Amino acid sequence: MALDSLKTDGFKQIGTRPNRPDGLDKVTGRALYGADVTAPGMLWGVIVRSPHAHAKIVKIDTSKAEAMDGVKAVVTRADFSDAIQPAAGPRGEMWNVLENVMAGDKALYDGHAVAAVAATSQLAARDAAKAIVVEYEVLPHVTDVDKAMAADAPVIREGATEKSVPEGMHPNVVRYHESGHGDLEAGFAEADLVIEDTFKTEATHQGYIEPHACLGTLGGDGKGELWCCTQGHWNVQKVCAALLGLETSQLRVTASEIGGGFGGKTAVFIEPVALALSRKANKPVKIVMNRADVFRATGPTASTSMDIKIGMKKDGTITAASGLFRCQGGAFPGAPMEFTAMCAFAPYNLQAVKQTGFDVMTNRPKQAAYRAPGSPMAAFAVESVIDQLCNQLGLDPIDTRLKNASREGTQASFGPKWDRIGLVETLEAAKAHPHYSEPLKEGQGRGVSCGFWFNHGGETAVSLALSEDGTVQLAVGTPDIGGSRASMAMMAAEELGIPYENVRCTIADTATLGYNEISHGSRVTYASGLATIKAARDAVKKLCARAAAKWGIEEDAVKWEDGCAVPSGPNAGDHEPLPLAKITAKMGATGGPIVGHFEATPEGAGVSFATHIVDAEVDKETGKTTISRYTVVQDAGKAIHPTYVEGQFQGGAAQGIGWALNEEYIYGEDGRLQNAGFLDYRIPVASDLPMIDAVIVEVPNPGHPYGVRGVGETSICPPLAAIANAVSAAAGVRLKQLPMSPPRILAALGTHD
Amino acid sequence: MSLKPVVKIHLWSGLRAFTGGEDVVEVEAATIGELLNGLVARHPGLEDIVESGVSVAIDGKVIASGLSEAVAPENEIWLMQRLKGG
Amino acid sequence: MSKVHVTTHINGDEVDFLCDPRETVLDVLRDRLGMTGAKEGCGTGDCGACSVTVDGRLVCSCLMLGVEAAGKEITTVEGIATEAELHPLQQKFIEYAALQCGICTPGILVAAKNLLERNPDPTESEVRYWLAGNLCRCTGYDKIIRAVMDTAADMREAS
Repeated sequence: MALDSLKTDGFKQIGTRPNRPDGLDKVTGRALYGADVTAPGMLWGVIVRSPHAHAKIVKIDTSKAEAMDGVKAVVTRADFSDAIQPAAGPRGEMWNVLENVMAGDKALYDGHAVAAVAATSQLAARDAAKAIVVEYEVLPHVTDVDKAMAADAPVIREGATEKSVPEGMHPNVVRYHESGHGDLEAGFAEADLVIEDTFKTEATHQGYIEPHACLGTLGGDGKGELWCCTQGHWNVQKVCAALLGLETSQLRVTASEIGGGFGGKTAVFIEPVALALSRKANKPVKIVMNRADVFRATGPTASTSMDIKIGMKKDGTITAASGLFRCQGGAFPGAPMEFTAMCAFAPYNLQAVKQTGFDVMTNRPKQAAYRAPGSPMAAFAVESVIDQLCNQLGLDPIDTRLKNASREGTQASFGPKWDRIGLVETLEAAKAHPHYSEPLKEGQGRGVSCGFWFNHGGETAVSLALSEDGTVQLAVGTPDIGGSRASMAMMAAEELGIPYENVRCTIADTATLGYNEISHGSRVTYASGLATIKAARDAVKKLCARAAAKWGIEEDAVKWEDGCAVPSGPNAGDHEPLPLAKITAKMGATGGPIVGHFEATPEGAGVSFATHIVDAEVDKETGKTTISRYTVVQDAGKAIHPTYVEGQFQGGAAQGIGWALNEEYIYGEDGRLQNAGFLDYRIPVASDLPMIDAVIVEVPNPGHPYGVRGVGETSICPPLAAIANAVSAAAGVRLKQLPMSPPRILAALGTHD
Repeated sequence: MSLKPVVKIHLWSGLRAFTGGEDVVEVEAATIGELLNGLVARHPGLEDIVESGVSVAIDGKVIASGLSEAVAPENEIWLMQRLKGG
Repeated sequence: MSKVHVTTHINGDEVDFLCDPRETVLDVLRDRLGMTGAKEGCGTGDCGACSVTVDGRLVCSCLMLGVEAAGKEITTVEGIATEAELHPLQQKFIEYAALQCGICTPGILVAAKNLLERNPDPTESEVRYWLAGNLCRCTGYDKIIRAVMDTAADMREAS
């Protein structure tokens, strides 16, 4: 696909800040989320979960539950497709999903689903779930990534290891990545200072406030309907069809409003269970997870253990860098270690670099994507070492990063040469920001970090139908997780030359459009945006053809200007501009409905960089950290709706603050999750945070008609390191493990004294 | 006689185990699809990896999945792990 | 278990319902009365998505039993706007993009309105601590705090 000529200025809609179309529904309580719908005759489903981290399932006795009042169906693994078989690598992924949705022979983590029941009320279903008796034979377990790689670790599952894993490793190591270039030994020899250190991060949860919820109905005829909160309903359709042995097209999935996802709602957990219960009970079934089960059984991100070595000359030139990244992603393959490895040194132009990643299985829930999966941890480790080098060599952290920064044409740490990228621009904007030159108060420390993420394109289908009155119905297939309906309507209005208010954008169900990949990889404004622009251009072409026919001139003698068809030049004749609404008013009689389309897989998402500055204060008596000032600088390519871009920057920073300071999965010796609730798993609250300055840098992405880069994920890449650097400066001691909770800071201060 | 041009593809170093140590492979191809087929024909050990999904960077532009994208001898081409997001 | 008949007032209207003694006010609102504006984010009083006022006091409706609603005046997010117009907080939240996914918005609006009724001129710290019981995972709170502060200023000027 040839790249379009880039339009980066002269916009009427792009860059303005109109109100979002779903705003009214959301401030009045009318918006319908996953748990907000009911169906006539609906049952409630409840899932029975393993209390053990690792156990053989000896027997499930459902007889008592089935005899209870109001109970209509009980399902176990036997009620799902037996056509799906385990295999190493991505070929085994559907089996992994099935095994996670409903355990087979073994429960693999605390919270693993083992059975489910549907009854006439939620209370009746809960009572019945308690009456299902599961007999377990408890097995040895492991939840720590380093321990899971040790020779004496219990094996989670044989046969899951990919061929790429070097011989002699523990069977829990299931995938391996290694990349890089140059002569490391020579590079390190050239350095004036080499620092080598080990870093650890705990698993954190996406922490969306809306628990997973769905309402499904599936008849004996194999036809079904499903309503659910998801980032990608075509994926839900595909997975449910496979797990239940259905034909994909017979299941229609509608995405509800979604109460946060951050990657965690790219996975499927309860939807196949609701459909299996419905098929057995012949009634609609609703399942709403409780918060404890969200923590125990839906995807946290990976926990990591990382070794970093970087060499630097006195002038700040990095001479060589290497990293070893061990990531555990629960009892299934899939920890994003290749991204941890590939993102780690991406901001730097290095002559010698090597990154190695290990995907390790443990008895924890199956990890799910969390905002730039794998990258924030890598930045934490690498940017902490860069900070140490700058401190010891007396160098400015931003100047040093600028000196080594990746630019267009330099070779990326993972191989190819960079296309147009905006890292340098974010560093320069950070350096020029008043925050960077503001004097620090007594007891404060300042930290800086860069961050990097790959953006994604993916299958995308959009339909743009014109109404007789000249208004526009825009159907897109990517669930709106951050205000994207507004951005789509703006792009359509821009192309068509009509007011923003004349475009109504809806998220279509799976029966209405072709396959749309999940809202992930920061792809929505890029890919659905590109698709919307192209669909609008397709509609414009059809509108111009109608005008040409009316005027009796060639189609290419008509162009589109300010919402009207006009002759393209003096030779085309003298015709009054024909507004869109005048063409659509007659469209039934001039050739029929006018609809613009786009169906393709755009390949030009580009990448995204950010630089963050943080000031922190550490109370040395209590170990509590206060973030006193925070500035995000990120390349958005082109900000369609700047307010929502700022919102993504601020939200990512806030999640990063939680990850850095408080949030962690805490497992007991028994392998059970100890803090499965918002009281003990503490996400940032309003009184924890300062205002968060958001600076939008615009270095256009050549792969999008307006230069858009995805902005959703990169904002969580720098915070862990930037905060660690600030806290380390304030505390006077280097923090190498997340979260930097008060006990851990006190411990670090103790060893320093 | 083949009419396809010869292009070079760079592999990530972890794949050397499947190519007898080579990390740059020459293949006759005009598209990414032909390139990946040629790569597997040359080094059958890479079949599982290619089959399970890879991305390709052409002169720095990452093609996540498209098999019909054109490749030419003057391009710098890198095999990459399949991109995905959160 | 036999159900209890309860009569109460919600958003100014008399309402009666039957509920299981184990059901919470949130269960009753959502599952018996079809008022799904209040959300369940945790069920343990930690997230504030289910915030309502009971006789003018801000409570988590997931922590109060349905039978305890008898004879009370309950206000939910559905009762904030009048027939004619949105509350200034609702308008400002849309204008400032003080919501992304919007799941926490009903609870935050109920809590913020309750704050401004008690304190028409709150400091930033007072707003932050008042809303500390309402979790938002999307916004980092920046635009929420600005929307509440600026609404308070507008309302002071208008009064």
